[in-house]
Amino acid sequence: MTWLTDFWRSSIGGKVTMAVTGVLLFGFVVAHLLGNLLLLAGPDAINSYAKWLHDKGPLLWVARIGLIAIFLLHIVTAIRLSRANKVARPVAYAKEATMQASMASRSMLWSGLSLLVFVVYHLLHFTFGVTNAEHFAKKAAPSTAAWNGHDVHAMVVASFQVPVIAIAYAAFQLVLFLHLLHGLQSFAQTLGVHHARYTPMIKKLSVLLAAAIAGGNVLLALSVLLGLVKGAA
Amino acid sequence: MRISLHIWRQSKKSTKANFKQDGKMVRYQLDHVSPDMSFLEMLDVLNEQLTKKGEEPVAFDHDCREGVCGSCGVMIDGEAHGPESGTTTCQLHMRSFRDGAEIWVEPWRAAAFPVVKDLVVDRSAFDRVVQSGAFISVNTGAPQDANAIPVPKADADRAFDAATCIGCGACVAACKNASAMLFVGAKVSHFLHLPQGRVEREQRARHLVAAMDQEGFGNCTNQNECEAACPKEIPVRVIAEMNREFVRAKVRQEPVSSKRVGGDG
Repeated sequence: MTWLTDFWRSSIGGKVTMAVTGVLLFGFVVAHLLGNLLLLAGPDAINSYAKWLHDKGPLLWVARIGLIAIFLLHIVTAIRLSRANKVARPVAYAKEATMQASMASRSMLWSGLSLLVFVVYHLLHFTFGVTNAEHFAKKAAPSTAAWNGHDVHAMVVASFQVPVIAIAYAAFQLVLFLHLLHGLQSFAQTLGVHHARYTPMIKKLSVLLAAAIAGGNVLLALSVLLGLVKGAA
Repeated sequence: MRISLHIWRQSKKSTKANFKQDGKMVRYQLDHVSPDMSFLEMLDVLNEQLTKKGEEPVAFDHDCREGVCGSCGVMIDGEAHGPESGTTTCQLHMRSFRDGAEIWVEPWRAAAFPVVKDLVVDRSAFDRVVQSGAFISVNTGAPQDANAIPVPKADADRAFDAATCIGCGACVAACKNASAMLFVGAKVSHFLHLPQGRVEREQRARHLVAAMDQEGFGNCTNQNECEAACPKEIPVRVIAEMNREFVRAKVRQEPVSSKRVGGDG
């Protein structure tokens, strides 16, 4: 254990922790989007996907606990490193200039904390059914495959038909885009991969991946808002 | 040229408890600055003027004044070593500024670099990092025949890129987190690509990173400000190499029993 804690406490160990937990969280975001894209395939597709997930039982809980642990480790390490960085510069420059640090890289702490707020809201909304209980309570027809009769499709459609909710979700995707952009661009460098040819390619690929994730999520919210995806008649 | 300067003046050495001391930015004006003067010569002119008036001259570090020693180095308008890339403060000339410019001059700002006086900072943290492992322990004797140990050209170039570091501290000063990872990465990379240096690579990586953390430098967030500020244009590749070397060294580290003494930490 001391080996692990010593590693985590070191500057580079902290960076590596951010990179590894970050890329695992990115993996989750990819899987989350791929699953949710079933919304476009109609009520049966996404409802049976939800049932399939819940039928995994204990396995689902292992995944959930793992995800929460990774998420917490990512946040705790970020806070530790950010605090150390603040202490490392006790007096700010009277005149500050930025030469090549990107906006995304400079806003990591703020984009990260905003995403934390968003995740809490997102869980209250779609997982615990606190913020829009009436959408959460929608029931699927008994003949269809749905977990506990819970109609995910109807819930999502009802929520994103509310303009404020759809636009808020879409807006947070811009924050997610910025956070993923710098995270993905940093991942290889932090783990020690730097190559004259591949590093510029990784940077371009990061823009593509971050845009694909954010764009996919925006597509879901807006396709409901614009009436392209409708609830059951 | 007419130049207005805002210079950080601090008479007492920074302490942990009081880093700023009684320091403040003070405005000075110079009416006859030649565009051919170097930035340090311009400060010399200011200091002569101050001395004549019976005021305390501005303290700044300098030695070779030809861009190789790493002594000079101040923050000029928020940029380490000023606006020209790949240039130390001593090699920066006043023709890089426009007539009537207002120039802000500050010392490197980092907890690990306490201000000694005005623009002079104590960079001995770098020396302690170097002492922890940026060397080869064995006595290599007299210079050998140049090609006795073959080193591929690409490796020699990588090592040399890192070896051009003059230890000026601009990377720390420019980093938004006051991290020293470009400097320490350069030390790792300098030895990593050469057969003589590879022997002690694991303990070097562990010791250098431990010493760096001990000195209270910040952590790299891959913003690459250091690379842009470095007067020797050392690439951030050296940071990736240090990360890799550190992880490799930690993975290969043998568990040290608490009973053993003098083990390699």
